[in-house]
Order: sequence, then C-alpha cells, then structure tokens
Amino acid sequence: MEFLQQAINGLSLGFVYALIAIGYTMVYGIIGLINFAHGDVFMVGAYFGFFAAVNLHLSFIPTLLIAMGGAALTGVIVEKVAYKPLRNSPKLSILITAIAMSVLLENLVRLKMTTDPQTYPENLLPQKVIHFLGLSIDNRQIIIILISIVLVIILQFIVFKTKTGKAMRAASFDKDAAALMGINVNSIISITFAIGSALAGAAGVLVGILYSSIDPYMGIMPGLKAFVAAVLGGIGIIPGALWGGLIMGLVETFSKVYISSSYSDAIAFSILIIILIVKPSGLLGKKTREKV
Amino acid sequence: MFKKKACLVLSMAMTVGLLAGCGAKGSSTTGDIKIGVVLPLTGQVSSFGKSGQNGIKLLEDQVNKAGGINGRKIKFLFEDDEGKPDTATTVGTKLISNDNVVAIVGPLTSGSCIALGPIATQSKVPMITGSGTNPDVTKKGGEYVYRTCFIDPFQGTVIAKFASGDLKAKTAAILYDNGNDYSKGLAEFFEKGFVASGGKIVAKETYATNDKDFKAQLTKIKPTKPDVILLPDYYGTVGNIAKQARAIDIKVPLLGGDGWDSAELFKVGGTAVNNCYISDHYSADDTSKLVIAFQKEYKAKYNLNADAMAVLNYDAAKIMVEAIKVAGKTDGPSIKEALAKTNLEVVSGKVSFDANRDAIKGAVILKVDAGKFNFVKKLIP
Amino acid sequence: MKMKKELRNTIILLTASIILFFILTYLMDTEILNRYYSRILVLICINVILAVSLNLIIGVTGQLTLGHAGFMSIGAYAAAMITIQLNVPFPIALLFGGILAGLIGFLIGLPTLSLKGDYLAITTLGFGEIIRVLITNIEQLGGGRGLSGIPPKTNFAWVFFIMVLTILIIYNIARSSQGRAMMSVREDEIAAEAMGINTTKYKIMAFVIGSFFAGIAGGLFSHYLMYIKPEQFGFLKSVDFVTYVVMGGMGSLTGSISSTVILTILPEGLRFLNDYRMIIYPLALIIIMRFRPQGLMGTKELSMRMFDKFSKGSDKDAAIKGK
Repeated sequence: MEFLQQAINGLSLGFVYALIAIGYTMVYGIIGLINFAHGDVFMVGAYFGFFAAVNLHLSFIPTLLIAMGGAALTGVIVEKVAYKPLRNSPKLSILITAIAMSVLLENLVRLKMTTDPQTYPENLLPQKVIHFLGLSIDNRQIIIILISIVLVIILQFIVFKTKTGKAMRAASFDKDAAALMGINVNSIISITFAIGSALAGAAGVLVGILYSSIDPYMGIMPGLKAFVAAVLGGIGIIPGALWGGLIMGLVETFSKVYISSSYSDAIAFSILIIILIVKPSGLLGKKTREKV
Repeated sequence: MFKKKACLVLSMAMTVGLLAGCGAKGSSTTGDIKIGVVLPLTGQVSSFGKSGQNGIKLLEDQVNKAGGINGRKIKFLFEDDEGKPDTATTVGTKLISNDNVVAIVGPLTSGSCIALGPIATQSKVPMITGSGTNPDVTKKGGEYVYRTCFIDPFQGTVIAKFASGDLKAKTAAILYDNGNDYSKGLAEFFEKGFVASGGKIVAKETYATNDKDFKAQLTKIKPTKPDVILLPDYYGTVGNIAKQARAIDIKVPLLGGDGWDSAELFKVGGTAVNNCYISDHYSADDTSKLVIAFQKEYKAKYNLNADAMAVLNYDAAKIMVEAIKVAGKTDGPSIKEALAKTNLEVVSGKVSFDANRDAIKGAVILKVDAGKFNFVKKLIP
Repeated sequence: MKMKKELRNTIILLTASIILFFILTYLMDTEILNRYYSRILVLICINVILAVSLNLIIGVTGQLTLGHAGFMSIGAYAAAMITIQLNVPFPIALLFGGILAGLIGFLIGLPTLSLKGDYLAITTLGFGEIIRVLITNIEQLGGGRGLSGIPPKTNFAWVFFIMVLTILIIYNIARSSQGRAMMSVREDEIAAEAMGINTTKYKIMAFVIGSFFAGIAGGLFSHYLMYIKPEQFGFLKSVDFVTYVVMGGMGSLTGSISSTVILTILPEGLRFLNDYRMIIYPLALIIIMRFRPQGLMGTKELSMRMFDKFSKGSDKDAAIKGK
C-alpha cells in the first residue's frame, strides 16, 4: 500500500522532470548545446503562471497556457540573443554563455519579485485528498500526471505527424543537409526552443500548484536533475528524456524511502553514472560510430 | 568601437570601485561613526537580510535624530554576504580594513558568523550578531564576538520541554534539512531535550536544502504515529511541508523554531499550520511599551509589519550603539569592554551577556493559528 | 648562453615571480594594500591554482569536467582534518589533501574517462555532487554544519609560491612529450589512438594531476577561511572554475591566469552595484563570450620571442602552438 503511494509520488515527480528533460534533449539534439538556462525557463514559466493567476485572476487552463507562452517567449529570446551569435564558436563558449544566462534570469526575477517565495492561489486547482484503497492521494498529483501525458502525446503528434516536426527531425539529424533541402534551419531552431521551453513552463505551473510556493532559485536543482534525466535516457532522444525523467523521479522517491532521505541525491547520481558506464550513450541512445 | 569603449568604461568603474578605499585611513575621533553591517541582501535568505536592514536603518534614523552618539552621527555601512561564509569574510574584511568601521553588526546566518568571528577578533573589531544561533559562533569566534539571541541548544530544549510538559507528547518525529546548520542543530538539541524529558523519537527523516517534495518522507513518518512533528526550518519550506503533511492526513501539531516567524508563513502554509507551536525570540503580542513603539515606527516607515529579523537586528545594533556611547571612545577594546557590561532593555527583552558572550535571554512559545502568532508562555533559562 | 627554451622560460618566470612577490609583500606590509586587498590577493592565488590545474584537463587534454570543486573539497577537508587531529606540519597536511584528491581522481577517472564530451561532463558533475552529499552526511567532518576551528596556516607567501610552482609544473607538463600526447587527445582522439598513443592513460594522467592540485588548493583554502561548509564546493563552484578557463582561452596558461585574476576581482569591484551586481556580472560574461568566444588569449601563450636569441630550438613548438 505504502509502496503504491510512494510510486505515485515518484511518478508525479518524474513527469515534472520529464517535461523539463524533453526541452533539454530537444535543444541538444538540434544544436548540440546543454542549455543550462533551461531550468530557469522552468522557473520563469512558474512566475508567468503566478502572474496570470494572481494578477489576472485566470483559471487553471488559461494560466497554464500563459505560462507556456511566456516560457516559450523567454526561451526564444534567449536563443536569439545569446546562442545564435555563437553558433559557430567553440562549444564551451556557448556553455559559459548558457550558465551566465541562467544566473541572469535568476537575478532578474529576484530583482522584480524578491527572494521571498510567492504562493500560488489555493483555489487555482483546489486540493482534494482522494481516499482510495487505503491510500491518501493528492488529486493534484494525478492531474499532473495526466496533463504531462497529454502534453507528451501532443508533442509526439507534432514531431511525427506534421511537416514542422519532420523538419525538426531532419535538422537534428543533419543540419546542413536539411538546409540544402530548403528547410529554414534558423526558424526550426527557434521553434524547437519554443516547444521545449513551453513544456518547461507547463512544468513550472504544475510545480507551483503542487508545492504552492515558487522562488527565483527553484529551477536550479530540478534543472540539474532533468538534465541528468535527459542524459540518462540518451541525450537528443525525446522518449529517452521521458523515461529518464520517470526513472529519476522514481529513484529519488524510492531511495528516500528505502535507503535514506539524506543520500537520495547521491544515489540518483550514482545510478546515472552506473548506467552511463554500462551503456555510454544512455538508455535509448544509439551507439554512433565515429567515422574518420 | 563600441565594445572597446564599453570595456574601458567597465574597467574604469571597477577600478574606482575597488580602489576606493586604498590607503584611506578614516579618522576615528571626528566625523560620522561608521558601523559595518553584514547581511544576506541577495541569495536565498535575502528576505531575512532585508528585514534586518530595515530594522537597522530605522535605528540609524532614530539615533541620529536624537543627536547621534556624543554629538557624532552614526552611519551604518551595509555589505551583502549573500548568505555565504566566504563572502562574509571578504566583505567583513572590506568593512574593517577599507572602511575602518568601529564595529560590525551581523552577520545573520550562523555559517557566516562562524567564518567572520575569528577575523573580527583578530582585528579587534567588536562584532555582534542578532541571529546567529549556532553555539560555535561565540565558542570559536573569539573574545570580540557577541550574540544577542539565544542559542540553538537552548531553543531546542525549550521546544522539547514544551512538547512533553505542556502538550504531553510522548512520541515525536523530526523532519529536517541536514545540509543546513540551523535546521540540523535545532533538530539535534530538540532530540536531546525531548529524550531527557522521557519522550521517544519515533522517526527522523531528512531532506536537502532546496527540496520541494516531502511526500516520500512524510509517507514514511505517518505510520509511526508521532504525537508531534518537529519542522526546524525556515517558513518557506515549513509551509510547504505542512501542506503536504495535511494532504496525507497527518493531523498532529507541528513544532518549530524562530525560522517560522514571518508573515509569509501563512501565505505558503495557509490553514495547514493551524494548531502549531514555535519557540521564538519575542512575541508581537507583547504589550511592553518598547514593542508597541517599535512596531508603530516600523510600520510608519516601511508600511510593513516588523518581523523577528527586523527586531533582532534592530536590537543588536542598538546594543552596539549603546556600548559605543558608554565607552566614550571608538577603539575596539573600549567598545568590547562596554559591551560586556551591557544590561539593556530592548524590544526583544532584557539583554545581558554571560561569560561566553551569549545573551542571557528568555524565549517565548507562540501558538501558530488562524494567520497569527499568539503568545502562549515565556521561558527564562 | 644557449639553453633549452623551456628551461629559459622557467627561469624567467621564477625570477619575475620572486620580484613580484617582494613588491606585493612590501605593499601589504606597509598597508598600502590593506587586509581587504591581501585577502583578495590570496584568493586570486588559490583560484589560479585551481584554474591552471583545470586547464590541464579541459584546455590541454580537451576533457570537459564539471566536478573540479569536488576535488578541492576533498583536499580542503582532508588537510583540515589531519591538521586538527594529528597536528602535522602544514606542507604535510597540504600534500595529504592533494594526494587523497589525486587518488580519488584516479578512482573516478578510471571508469569514466572513456565517456565522451557531454557525457563525461555530466558524470563528473554527478561525482562532484556525490562527494558533496557524502561530506554533508559525515558527522566527523561537521556535516551540514561545517568544519570550524581550522588553524589559520595559510598566508600570502604560501599561496603565492605554491601558485608559481603549480604554474611551472603544469607549464612543463604541457610542453613535455606527455603534454603533446594530451594535446593530441584533445585535437583528435581517434587519430591519436591510430598513432599508437594510449589515450586513456593520458586522459587519466591529466585528470589525476589536475585533481591533485585542486586538492592542494583546497587545503590552502580551508586553512585560510578557518571554516568550511560542503555547500561552498557545489557544482556552481566547479562552473566558476570552468568559466575562468574558458574565459582565458583553453590551453593557454597565461589566459587562465589573467582571466582568473580579472574574474576574481570583478565581483569585488562591482560590489558598489549591490542589487544589480549579479545582473551586470553575468551580462559582462555574456558580452565577453559574444565578442571574444575564444577567450582572452585563445590558445596562445604570452610570447617570449624577445628572449629567443638566448635559446635554441625556438621553432620547435610552432607546429603545436596556436590554431
């Protein structure tokens, strides 16, 4: 019984990581960048949602949409301003830029909103404890899981059933060939950032609702863990990010329960390292043979 | 062309900023009396720092309006330690060597206090903290470090005694942040005190500093059926934990320390923190004249309600100012001597120092309910 | 007098450093540079040791590691504990910290250095975090409350000369045949393997040496601050060091040194900006990266050309130097 309860805890946490991880993996797949600022796009999304709910008094779905839109906008702006000019520069330079961007976002938000945690209004998605089979389940965890699944399905539709999606897949396979085929690689990159950021923004709102409070630094740890999740699943591979996220959520939760709550972070990282040593390209990653 | 100019301007600005104090030796017998303040004005506990700053600025206004110290105005120089111990040492040294302050108020976090203390003592600059509660602050800090708040061992014991004595709790669970010295220290001392009073700790769980999800730990605690649960952390985290606890039907009273004390607690925790109890430095319900006057002036100046950090830092600064006044001189050893003899009634109570330079001060127990902190009882060591 | 270029450069560097040392010490003794500036100087020296040692791994060997702060913390805690418990002489404590860090670097490097690029980065990041969590949970090390009461044994002389020593050692390694092997790994690992170079061996070598010096720097750090906490050594700190190296230009030691000096002073110089400091600082980084992505010095070192007539074999490095 308790096991099931913890499993739900792990899954709802895992889906949050997955939503963020997908953004990481999409961006990496197309321009090979570890977007360190992605965790903060998640945070910005949470604040957009907060603004929508508190200042505009919107209900749940419009808040979610505004957060996703705001996050997407942020992601695209960051890309255009900071990453695009460096596209032909050494990878480490972009990495540093991404890290600096992350710090910048955190402090811009802190300046405007202060470090005090802001609270999501209680009535946005009222908490109802569901008593089922002897378990006490927070209804919001179930909603998070459902919404995440819906978003991932929509994403899969976009990627596999639309022309834009096809262009995205082509560009991440081989940018130059895609350009030769007439694909506007720059807009595809922007679209990729937009979609990835929108998902992170959604995660931000969901987290804001589930844990009530948001603060400018809330993106650091989840961003890191989501990044680990993306690598775990095989970076650049969207289903990999999904599975990676779920595994991270479950491992974190179960190690807190069955091993020790103090070591759960270390354990999560250890699992990552073990998996990478055994399967260096990640769980779903393909072993690419580098040709000379 | 633009980037070259920009670089030039930036480096000039920096150089000026950096060398501003180079070689300057402030006069210590005329002109404003400069007192350094080290607070976390950015970083994760910056709201505490801002409150502290507000409190100290209020004092500055009051003292200067009344003519300053022996005719000289006082000026508080604020530096941000970001809540980090190494930054605290850097800015503290800056205040001491560059700005030639006669004393330092702060830092706020125990870690920063422990780091800066030995440096203050080495430089013979008196340092007074209103909120560093870890015993090591004065133990390892040296003879120039004073603190005007109670220490964690005392606070932990107070909560423990209240739990077993007043709430008649026989079993308790603790959920704390094992990466945070405040949380960990309080948890340790509560456990000691509770066990000493005959109680039993049935569960002890931890989390990492920025964790938001506590369901796993709470789910583990629930079946052990504790009479009370101790949450020795800051209001933001505590509010969250409380909500998640109530969501899985944990109904027992939750206990905490002064870290709960903020109006923000209710924003985050809502009704989840009803019927909870905390130990604190002072009670806003206190009808003493000083408390009422302070709250009035604070509200008038900032349009905010004074919280514990504002009070504690105001008090610490006030005690330091008083010591400087009594000493009549602005050199370190004289001020230190005057500090040691302090016996002053401040907003948070009457303060005097023991041999360890810790304040001999009581604590209060407050009941957290319906959006307010209500006074329950006062305990004196 | 004809001598090998490396030897000549080494002597020049040593002489220059000794002169610099006496100048700085004089300024500090006469309080022209007061204690605040001395503090900054000491921190600069410690940071340079970390940047230069990291450069060996990232810049020379091309292996992206995000866990350098973890090795710093190992050295910091190990040296501190052995001083507190056994009261050994300072150099022994430092060596103990460095060797332990290097050893753990070896143990970590062995299984993970076969990973490529970003995977290696995340793995080293993971190890850095694991080390941090472990320290937080070990009571004897103070855990989350930190380790206080470390005797203040570090002073400017110590950090300065260890810094010079580190620079000299790393410089000589980079110019040696092992160093060239490391660079070949950076340039094209497959080609290097094809040429018979044991790439794993050199990757591990660079990693262990880098970690060793990180440990020494850690020991200097803990004996200066007198109090350390595990959070100080998180992945954000590792990122700081990577920034120093990238800013300076990978593979360029002078670049690493100069960028470290600038980036350590920058937050101090910007203190007057208060709230806006952490907005201007990252903005400055972004702008610098935008307009000079190869870092301050690229892959070039400070040119010693003017001394060329005193040495032989002056063009030997031409094939390896600069791209």
